[in-house]
Parts: sequence; C-alpha cells; structure tokens
Amino acid sequence: MTASSETRAPAAPAAPPVPADPAERGGVRHGVGTDAPRPDGVLKVTGEFAYSSDLWADDMLWGATLRSPHPHARIRGIDLTEAVRLPGVYAVLTHEDVPGAKYYGLERADQPVLADGKVRYQGEPVAIVAADHPETARRAMMRIAVDYEVLEPVSDARRAAFDPACPPVHGPAAPPEPGGAARPANVVRYQPVRTGAFAAGAGLDEVRAQADVIVTGEYQVGMQDQAFLGPESGLAVPAADGGVDLYVATQWLHVDQSQLAPCLGLPPEKVRLNLAGVGGAFGAREDLSMQAHACLLALRTGRPVKMVYHREESFFGHVHRHPATMRYEHGARADGTLVFATMEIVLDGGAYASTTSAVVGVASSMAVGPYEVPNVRVDAYGVYTNNPPCGAMRGFGAVQACFGYESQMDRLAEALGMHPVELRIRNAMSEGSRTATGQPVDMPLPMADMLARARALPPPAEPETGPGTDPRRLPGGVAGTTRGEGVVRGVGYGVGIKNICYSESFDDYSTARVRLELVGGEPAVQVHTAAAEVGQGLVTVQQQVARTELGVERVVVRPADTAVGSSGSSSASRQSYMTGGAVKAACEAVREAVFRLARERGLPPGADDALELRGGAVVTRLGAVVAELAELLADTAVEETRVFRHRPTRPMDPLTGQGDAHVQFAMCVHRAVVDVDTELGLVRVVELAAVQDVGRALNPLQLAGQIHGGSAQGLGLALMEEVQVRDAAVRNPSFTDYLIPTILDMPPMRVEILEHPDPHAPYGLRGAGEPPTLSSTPAIIAAIRAATGRPLAHAPVRPEDIVGLPVP
Amino acid sequence: MGRVPRVHTTIDGVVYQDEVEPRLLLIHYLRDRLGKVGTPIGCDTSNCGACTVHVDGLSVKSCSMLAVQADGCAITTIEGLAPDGGHPVQRAFADCHALQCGYCTPGMVMAAVDLLRENPDPSEAEIREGLEGNLCRCTGYVNIVRAVRAAAEEMGAPGARIHPAPEAAVLPGGVPGAESAAHASAPAGGGTGR
Repeated sequence: MTASSETRAPAAPAAPPVPADPAERGGVRHGVGTDAPRPDGVLKVTGEFAYSSDLWADDMLWGATLRSPHPHARIRGIDLTEAVRLPGVYAVLTHEDVPGAKYYGLERADQPVLADGKVRYQGEPVAIVAADHPETARRAMMRIAVDYEVLEPVSDARRAAFDPACPPVHGPAAPPEPGGAARPANVVRYQPVRTGAFAAGAGLDEVRAQADVIVTGEYQVGMQDQAFLGPESGLAVPAADGGVDLYVATQWLHVDQSQLAPCLGLPPEKVRLNLAGVGGAFGAREDLSMQAHACLLALRTGRPVKMVYHREESFFGHVHRHPATMRYEHGARADGTLVFATMEIVLDGGAYASTTSAVVGVASSMAVGPYEVPNVRVDAYGVYTNNPPCGAMRGFGAVQACFGYESQMDRLAEALGMHPVELRIRNAMSEGSRTATGQPVDMPLPMADMLARARALPPPAEPETGPGTDPRRLPGGVAGTTRGEGVVRGVGYGVGIKNICYSESFDDYSTARVRLELVGGEPAVQVHTAAAEVGQGLVTVQQQVARTELGVERVVVRPADTAVGSSGSSSASRQSYMTGGAVKAACEAVREAVFRLARERGLPPGADDALELRGGAVVTRLGAVVAELAELLADTAVEETRVFRHRPTRPMDPLTGQGDAHVQFAMCVHRAVVDVDTELGLVRVVELAAVQDVGRALNPLQLAGQIHGGSAQGLGLALMEEVQVRDAAVRNPSFTDYLIPTILDMPPMRVEILEHPDPHAPYGLRGAGEPPTLSSTPAIIAAIRAATGRPLAHAPVRPEDIVGLPVP
Repeated sequence: MGRVPRVHTTIDGVVYQDEVEPRLLLIHYLRDRLGKVGTPIGCDTSNCGACTVHVDGLSVKSCSMLAVQADGCAITTIEGLAPDGGHPVQRAFADCHALQCGYCTPGMVMAAVDLLRENPDPSEAEIREGLEGNLCRCTGYVNIVRAVRAAAEEMGAPGARIHPAPEAAVLPGGVPGAESAAHASAPAGGGTGR
C-alpha cells in the first residue's frame, strides 16, 4: 500500500487564515463563505427525507406506461378491450384521450404526450394505465394489443445531417431563414462560427499555409446516461377545482407547468407543482417524463395516481447526453502559437428536439475551448434521428467539444515536441481575451495559473508491479488475470470552459420571496422559491445568503412550488448565481424595509446613513444597537419578493456565430494519473487532481463535493459509460450493463479551489457544477494515451481500443 | 392454489406477522406493505445497494432477498438504526458532506455500519473494498470515505486519521468580491441557449 494514495498532504500553498470560529463570518453563524451544514442532511441520513418515490395518498392508484419496442413504426391500431376488462384497472388512455395540446417540448413542441400514430424511438410512450396495484397495471399493459408496422429507423446522425435523401424523422424541412441556406429536414440546428481569415472568406488552404504544424483528428463521444439513483416518479392528486396538484422530482417546476397545462387543457393556475425529494438530476429531469401521464390519469379517474419508473424504464424515460462525432484540424507555428482551428461537430439529438438547439449553441460557441485562436471555422449540427432522444446532461455540449479540442492539444503538443501544459499555457485565454464568438472575457480567467498549479502538484507514488503485487492495486483489481507485467503509467491533463447560466438572449431569471418575522419571540427568516434542490446544496446556499444579508441565523427554506414565481432550472450551473442572487435581492429589500421601520421610530443622530442588520438587531456601522428586531418587528412580518436577472446576452449570428451570447465563463483543470494494463486493456485511475476557480466559494465543503462528483461523472465517460445503441435500439438499459464508477473506480482526489471574483456576479461567485465534468474525461484519456501511445479517439475508451482489437 | 406463506419478522424493533406472496421481495414488503420508505430502490438489479438493510446484523441488498426468506429474522433499516440519526456513521455522513441527493445514503450508511462491525479500524483501501457494492452518483465517494473513517475514529478505532481536513484547499486570489445589483429590465427574449 502506498502512502500517496492513502494519505493526502495538504495542498501545496497554505490555506488562508481562518476566523476563530470557521462557521462564523460577519456576525452570524453559517453565513456565506462557511461550511454551513445542509438543512436536509439529518433527514437524509435517517431515511426520513421524502423522495418522490416515497409519496403515498389514501385511495391512490398506480400508473404505468406502455412503451414501443420499436425505434420506428407506424401504429395501425391499438386494441384496449382486454386491458380495460381486467378487474382493478381504472383507466387506459391513448393519444386520443389527451384533452389539450397533443405535443410538448422544451424548445419545440414536437414530442407527443402519447404516440400519435407513429413511434419515433424505442421506448416511446404509447398508452398509460391506472390500476389498483402496480402488478395489475403491468398485467393490463400486457393485454393492450398494438398493431405496429415496423419502419426502417434513421440511426446515422451524419447521414441525418448531410444526406438530403435521408428520410425525415418529422416531416419536410422548414423553409430556410432569410439569408440562410436550405438544410436537410433532420437538422434541428446548424450553427457556424467564423473568425479571422475564415470570416473574410479565405479558403482552408490559404489559412493552412500560415501554419508550421497541422494536426487533424476525428473523435467520438458516446451517449452518456445521467444515471441519477432515484428513478422518475411522482404523485398527481386531482383537486376540487378541476385542477391537479403534482408532487414530482424535477429540475424546473415552472417549465413543467408551462408544458403540462396546455396538454391537460387547463389554465396554468390549475396545474400546481410541488417539488418532491429529488434523487439526483444532472440534466435528466429537465424534460417531462411521467408528469403529463400521471396528471392525465388522475384527472380521468378522480383519484391520486402515483407513477414510479423502474431502472430499465428510466433509461427510456429521460434524455441522454448527445453522442458526438467531431472532425478537428488545428494549425500552429513552430513555437506552439495556434494559427487556426476548424471543427465540424455533429450531435445526435435523437427522435425529439428537447434542448438540442441550445446544446448546439454551447458546442459551437465553446468548440475552440479556452484558447486564443485567430482564425476559426466551426460547423455544428444537431439532428433528428430515431435514436433515443438526447438533451441536457451536466456539461451540455461543452463536454463533447472539450474532448475534441483537448485531444487535439495533446496531439499538437506531441507534434511540436512540447509539454502539453506548456502548449496550453502558451495559447491560454485570460481576462481581456475574446472568445471565438467575439465576446470579450470581462472577468478573471486564471487559466495559465491553474494549469501551472495542476502540473506542480506532487506526483503519486510509483506503480507497484511484478511478483507479489497486491492485485487490488492493479488495473482490473482482483478480477484481473495478469500480475501486472504489462502495466504502464501515464499522466494527462485536461482543461475545459463552460458558459454559466442561460445564454443567447434567453430571458433568464429567478424569483425569491423572503419573510422576516418573530417566531417564539426570536427573529426568523423564511425563504420561498421555486428552485429545485436536486442534491447540489442549493437549500444550504439560500440559507447562507439570507443569514449573511439579514444577520439572522434562523432561516427556513420552504418547500419549492409554483405558488411563487419561477426560479428557472437547476441546470447550467446557474442556481447559486441566479437564485442566490434573487434571495440576496429579496433580503436587501427586507433589510431596507426594516430600516424604514427603525427610522419611523427615530434614530440616534448620524446613524441613518450607516445602518446594518447584525446579530438580530439594527446596528450602526460601529456596532451600536439602534433597535432589537425582537422589539422592532413585534407582530409585524416584513416580506419582499424580488426577481433577479443576470446581465442580458445576445443571440449568436446565424452565419458567423458572433455575439455576446454568454453571461459568465467557468473553468476547471484536471491532472490524471493512470495505470494501464496493456495486455488486458484495463485502466486504474491512480489519482485525479482538480484546480478550479469559483470566483467566491459560498460553501467550500459543498463546492468540493460538486468538484468530486463532476469529476467522477467525467471519469465514467472516459472509461465505461456508454448507452449502447445498435440500429436505434438500446442494448444495455440496466446498471448491470451500463456501468457507472464504483468507489473502487474513483481514486482519491486533490482539489484546489481558487477565488478570483467575477465583478458581475453576486458575491463574485462563478457557477461550479459543470466545469469538472468537462475536463476530467480528456485528462484521463490523455493519461491513457501517454501510457500506451494509442491514439484513442473514442470516449469512453474501451479495452479493445487499448489492446488494438477491432471494436464490435 | 398453495397456502400463502406467513412471515414473522422483527423490523426496527417491531414484530410483524404477515401473509405475503412467495415472490414478494423484501424491499417491496418493507416499502409497499409496511410503508417503511426510508429504504429506497435504485436499480432493481442488485447493482446499486441503495436498498441495503441489516438482516440479523449483516448487510443485505433487500432487493435480492424474498420476504419469505426473512421469516424469523431481525431486520434493521436506516429508520431503526439509532434514535434521531444518532449513530456515529449517520452523524459522520451528515457532518462530512458525504451525501448530496442522499438517495444512496441509507444503503451506504447500512453497508458502512456492517463494514465497521467487521473491521473497526479500516484503511482507506479497506473502506473502498467494503463499499464496492454501493453506488453513489453525486459525491465521487471522496467524502464517503472520509465519513466512514471519521465514524471509525469516533467509535474508538486507534488508527491514524486520514483526510484530516476538508478535502479542498481554498486559495486566495484576486480582489475582494464585488457585487452586482439585480438587473432591473428584461433582455429581449426568444433565445434558447444557455
């Protein structure tokens, strides 16, 4: 057993001095900047936290979904006779029973609530059943006779993107936009980016002539599953007013509501959503799953209806990460300075659009990565196929691009004979740089420093190999069949850049309601938002912000629901920024209202311009108590609601991609150390180190947790995670066959968190959830390349890729 | 028709006698018949370990055992492990931020308690081996290892501490945080990006 993987030295530079009580800053315990404990932590370790799958109502029915076994088929008929006859069955519904709009979608209403005479992907919902027991519902589904005319699926994303003869998945192409070119019917979005000579119309050969070294590569990223542990579930309860109350695990209550209400034929105020306990999300809960189905069944039967997906159904019940095929070319001068980059990125959106347009926006605008490149040509496509629908997953288009550009950086470094970190530092973006979309980086971007720090970390101990080696320390562990004779070590680096919050002129906002009152004679704060706690720790951050802004320790975050305005989605690493910002704004308004109360009672001379709320009292800047809240508030509650918006963003130009499309940029750097058994094609990640700038750490402990978890998901994509799709059918919809990292796959981590505040963001913070998911994948694969010399163009790396066998 | 089997169990200290279908899994008996939903279901295929409970003191994935097999057994779930979450492993998971969404936590805690029963002073490698059968998607396991070690120490393990401090070092950089005001006006809508 080696010391380095078992113990961890403190990070090289000393931590800053901490206050005497690390939980206290600014006169209140557990405010911003402290490791405040999660308010749901105890409930979650005792089994008392109620997940959406735990809900129960008297007299409730169980809903179930009949799904298509075929990726592409016409439905000639559905016979429900035998199903409805089964005792215990209360409703069997098809698309004919959808009372309102038949289609929904996050960006395009192209997805039927229930199949509309055609199925476009394997697992598409065709009919739904409500019964008195899950087994009754299952048996009823077996009695539904669907007459399918099986059709050839469109399964090749490149064909969908480029072949005008490819059959359309959704009907003919839309007419071209003014000034735009006609495009094949299956292209959901095409987004080019052009800068430098490419914008001026220069040809590739002209630009190539300026480079001393050119490297090209074709890369693929497999379809990754979010694999949250708590499958889709919820409870719909019909209400006396003809509406419905839905308790559900989701990422964005209001966007669910806005899609559900038209389908149910109800006004939005009659479709009330309440956030139930969420067992992880990672993007997979951004689209509707069981929401509309449970509501339809509840409204039809007049009974509460609970739906819980099994794991296998969950693989068909949510979108995945877009698989990508990418062609990259980079040219540099002999000193490593980048001259040009071209990239073609094809993202397979599957059968329905979901968030494909936005994924293309991110992939195209982030295609070059955090590098200064004077001449850029990007062509990014998101397409319809009959493959499983793809949409949001942590990293959202930037993950795919990052694997491409980081693979290219390593290839270029090798061609130039440079250290890969040196090449990256030479071309690193920094504050004042412009992105390939022409946007100035008007916030700190300490990429060069982050890379240098990652490189300077002490290396782990040398690998143990040879006779007597503990097999548990070898790639493959005790299941390995060698003694490590062929084990080689490699080190790799990866860096990624992600836009934070919603981009491209989206009206992105969050709403918070904050109430300050006395409870049992003590000041207490209630925070009410619709923001979804999905595990990331947003409830803690909301408490911390309220404590810091109002100087009151006792803060309760009310359950999230649609009784308050939208908070937007728990995605795009945006909630600390947006809902943190909204809670802060509402607290500021409450504070001002309290000061008004204090003024009405009369202030000591000279106190007015310097009031603060601290320790449950209105005080002067010097700390003299003007009024205790307990006295000032008496029976009054002060309540304020505020909407917070980040600064506006602009659309990307449809022809050049130019535009200030993003709010904020965030980066993470990884160094990976791997041992590879070159005979078995197996990899053990020995150590994963991360350096991330977060602007300001609101809760360092939670933040490190985000970096650990994001890095682990990137490790999964590097080594094992791929939804296997053949002829548009999923081959591995279970945790037996779709592998996610276990505690043995994930190595110890070193994490360095930097704080260079973003002057535009609340507290200077930078969204942090996604960046580690970008860079850990290329770092690990780079380390395997360094160990083996194999080119490795596919994520995840398969054993066949390492030993050089054809991949089936 | 065969006779419907009866099972006698003690679950979290309470005696139950029930007629159950022979094919009923222990996890479904716990959740759907007894309403003990503190133990969740994650995968249905015995891969994830979210449904881990103790059967006569040993950790078992309750999706891989029939209710009838538990006849005569004493079962402890996360709900009955200790009053008010007071078991050192529970406290350590909460204190060390060894959970995010928390869905794996009941099973992870039950598996860790059994691990510490077997090996009260585990090394990091031994902790990892002991929890190999429990998946977590949120934490990267880093703080889970730390929590189990912290619990071992609280329970009296003599070994040297590992991961003494929070895993991450926060380093100073740049100027003190500047704050922005909320933007008052809405930008033009219609975009879709993020």
